[in-house]
Amino acid sequence: MTRLAGGLIDRSRVLNFTFNGRSYAGHPGDTLASALLANGVRLMGRSFKYHRPRGVVAAGSEEPNALVTLRDGARAEPNTRATGVELFEGLTARSQNHVGPLGFDMLAVNDLLSPFFAAGFYYKTFMWPRAFWEKLYEPAIRRAAGLGALSMQADPDAYEKGFLHCDLLVIGAGPAGLAAALTAARAGARVILADEDFRLGGRLLAESHLLNEAPARQWVAGLEAEFASLPNLRVMRRTTVWGAFDHGVYGAVERVSDHLPTPGEAPRQTLWRITAKRAVLAAGATERHIPFAMNDRPGIMLAGALRAYANRWAACPAKRVAIFTNNDDGHRTALDLAAKGVEIAGVIDPRPDAKPLGPYPVYAGSVVTDTRGRLGLSAIAVTREGQTQWLDAGALGVSGGWNPNVHLASHQRGRPVWDDAQQAFLPGAGIPGQIVAGAAAGKGSTHAALHSGAEAARAALQDLGLTAHLPDLPRAEDGAAPPHPIWHVPGKKRAWVDFQNDVTVKDIKLAHQENLRPVEHLKRWTTLGMATDQGKTANVTAIAVMAELTGQSIAQTGTTIYRPPYTPVSLAVLGGGDTGAHFRPRRLTPSHSWAKAQGAVFVEVGPWLRAQYFPRPGETHWRQAVDREVLATRAGVGLCDVTTLGKVDVQGADAGIFLDRLYANAMASLKVGMVRYGLMLREDGHAYDDGTCARLAEDHYIVTTTTAQAGPVYRHMEFARQCLWPELDVQLISTTDAWAQVSVAGPHARKLLERVVDGFDLSNAAFPFMGCAALTVCGGLRARLFRISFSGELAYELAVPARYGAALMARLVEVGKDLGATPYGTEALGVLRIEKGHAAGNELNGQTTAQMLGMGRMVSAKKDAIGTVMTRREGLMAETRVLVGLQPVDAAQPVTAGAHLFTEGAAQGTATDQGWISSACYSPHLGSMIGLGFLADGAARMGEVILAANPLQRQEVRLRVTSPHFIDPEGGRLRD
Amino acid sequence: MLIPHPLLGLRDAQEFTYLGDARLLDRPDGLAPDAAEAFADYVYLRDNPAGLHRELWFHEQGDRSWLVVTRDTVTHEILGAELARDVALARRSK
Repeated sequence: MTRLAGGLIDRSRVLNFTFNGRSYAGHPGDTLASALLANGVRLMGRSFKYHRPRGVVAAGSEEPNALVTLRDGARAEPNTRATGVELFEGLTARSQNHVGPLGFDMLAVNDLLSPFFAAGFYYKTFMWPRAFWEKLYEPAIRRAAGLGALSMQADPDAYEKGFLHCDLLVIGAGPAGLAAALTAARAGARVILADEDFRLGGRLLAESHLLNEAPARQWVAGLEAEFASLPNLRVMRRTTVWGAFDHGVYGAVERVSDHLPTPGEAPRQTLWRITAKRAVLAAGATERHIPFAMNDRPGIMLAGALRAYANRWAACPAKRVAIFTNNDDGHRTALDLAAKGVEIAGVIDPRPDAKPLGPYPVYAGSVVTDTRGRLGLSAIAVTREGQTQWLDAGALGVSGGWNPNVHLASHQRGRPVWDDAQQAFLPGAGIPGQIVAGAAAGKGSTHAALHSGAEAARAALQDLGLTAHLPDLPRAEDGAAPPHPIWHVPGKKRAWVDFQNDVTVKDIKLAHQENLRPVEHLKRWTTLGMATDQGKTANVTAIAVMAELTGQSIAQTGTTIYRPPYTPVSLAVLGGGDTGAHFRPRRLTPSHSWAKAQGAVFVEVGPWLRAQYFPRPGETHWRQAVDREVLATRAGVGLCDVTTLGKVDVQGADAGIFLDRLYANAMASLKVGMVRYGLMLREDGHAYDDGTCARLAEDHYIVTTTTAQAGPVYRHMEFARQCLWPELDVQLISTTDAWAQVSVAGPHARKLLERVVDGFDLSNAAFPFMGCAALTVCGGLRARLFRISFSGELAYELAVPARYGAALMARLVEVGKDLGATPYGTEALGVLRIEKGHAAGNELNGQTTAQMLGMGRMVSAKKDAIGTVMTRREGLMAETRVLVGLQPVDAAQPVTAGAHLFTEGAAQGTATDQGWISSACYSPHLGSMIGLGFLADGAARMGEVILAANPLQRQEVRLRVTSPHFIDPEGGRLRD
Repeated sequence: MLIPHPLLGLRDAQEFTYLGDARLLDRPDGLAPDAAEAFADYVYLRDNPAGLHRELWFHEQGDRSWLVVTRDTVTHEILGAELARDVALARRSK
């Protein structure tokens, strides 16, 4: 055990957990990383490429090495940073990326082969044979080099999305963030304080500094009590703000239940979209290391992390520890550890005049040049002016200075600016409405952080017209520790810059040699700064090494672009609750409950769930039900819920003129009480949508759209009304959901309707084909009746208020029993319309024109309607493909939608393509499959036999060209 | 992104559907002698400015207003939004 005294852990309780199957114990307040270190575990994983033994490097979300697979079974979560995992009872974790036990990884042979695995190795080696890349090289490389594996089971947990609004968002709850939140909340502003940690305090928790001569945690505890009393302040722990988007919108993930064994009723995580009028970014700073030979052994860590583990978690990886630092901050680690009883082997400081700040040996003017220890550090080589000596140490803290966390200030392509005095990149132009404070702004002393946070909040509120007073802030240390610029220790052996991607100083040299010098090239060629940590501990060091090689300054070398997310965000939480049946809203037809009771099989049609067919006992195949429904409709009467077709109510003195401009054919001339088919074009001259226009009064039309285009057509109509012809007196509203509409089709349709209408004369003379009327049915229920037909039969569509839809269906079936009233679904609907040759979505697919649909003459040349000018384009006029019917010569042969048409005996290719089949079905009426399609010169080829080729299924079928109207081509049935 | 709706105040861009260049307000006269050329330009030609862009957004999940939004395509700053109907009527009166 390497547990020290003190710390912010609750020793009164023990939490048991396992790592790689072995049992350990920790305490509430521990992270998985701190508990492992306290149990003497330094080795936590294997590196990405070389499979080198690795341990934890950092104490926060910047951790590159200690990635584990957390939990088991469906909840197994790969690539989880052990530094961010809050310990819970029964936690299980496994290390990743090794074959065999962690201590003896079979793939560690990669390390011996490292001379072959330098940057760019894959690109150069696995070039040919070309076919081998996908089948052999890539799968093998992916297996050998990588991170954890997914469970491949569905995630059992729930995720949520939420929206928050505030005056001020404070990102980070370290000294700067706490002071900012305090200042703004006391002023009465609506404030959100978010921090990725489960405890407020940030770096204060990791330091031994005093605030007002007392431990910092006391000041933090006092603040927490005050925060709890402020209703205008929302404190969000375990919440990472991961992206800064336009207009003050920030993305945040709250890990609601990640610290619990299972979430229970709560969501696992919540994705918050925070709209903040102003923001204070107090994200702190991340320590950087100094690459030297063999600097990746378990036990070699960032000095500040070593200090954090000791102060906050009372954990230390070894009893004897050394420090390698180029700045005074590294010495603080030696002081704090020594105070906790850890033996300090020495502080190695390259500054020739380095002095000890306490009772520990200092090796001034020295650097670390090598290390020993197979699965964990045992000794370091200290070199001064060419003289080397070995020091025993089980851990080494390295400090190369601190990089301000400028990420969220740079998410809108702003580049950070190099500051020579601080030897660090500071926030650049930044983000509108955001002020950077504390260490993130280069104000790293506790005193400076506190004051800059409070001042930032005051300035942000002043911007909003609110007055805030600076609070009394505690006295705090105000030391500055700019590092001595030493970026790496030259040597022959490998010195790692990016631990996660196994990128060494040598790789950067190679990139320089190969002329991949701009940082964006360096990143992509070496993979430096990629993967889960995005190079938080590596990038600036790599930039400095490249700058040294090119002879440019660091400022000239610059950084890569910072993009969200700041830390990895799971796809599960981005999806939120939008999975499975909740992927999108589901719309049910008014007769849904009735259809369900009839045993209907349903099909998704866009967001709608529609009855596809109504199987009866004894029917074992869907075709049996569909054929029966089709034949029953043609012989008696069929009933279908057609509510899903879009309905738009158009009213106003200019309604007729408006529709005249919207439809290719004339609508203003339509008589009151009549319906007309309407074809809408896009402005580019192609067919857009079709439907009917019914004129109920001089100034009142009801138009219908296809189911799929109901939304877009309504949008288009509003565009025409508001943007193109705002001077017209016309109003629109969608009534799709307000009216249930039922199609009543078949020779007995009139007879059936006579039994429900309230004294309405349905005779052909009184209510002819294409008539419409408002009436009442079933003893006083208001309704609308349209004599229109999609099936080719005598047919009506009856509309009633939506809540009566199911009752109407039930009533019609009941009173029509002796007439053979049969409900039919979307399959039969499709068969009926294909038999009749009516175009639907398959024909109105955005590539066809009125002329192709056989409606060229409907496009009026006398008026200016949307799309009419462009239909007269030369190219569209020259189009000869028109809608035809297709029937197999051998009735047993299939007709397949999507097959292309060719002249028999001709070569098959795009040059000889004659058209395509758009719709196909089995016609029980004709006893064979039939199709609709578009055929070149189709009108002149009636009776000709052509070939339908379906190369996907190696299918060729001979088809006879016919009229698209397989049923009643004269239309007599409609008008009876 | 937030869009300052002239009637409803700041609204989230998720409530809107984007169409494109506000030049679509200037639909040519389909009965004019040069209609073919005018419509070819109207349907297919758009500027792609780096900077200020006037564009059409539809408040589909809201009050169904079409808006003309002025946006800087470089910074995404939104400088204003007007009812497209008002813009179109103002052009009529010119």
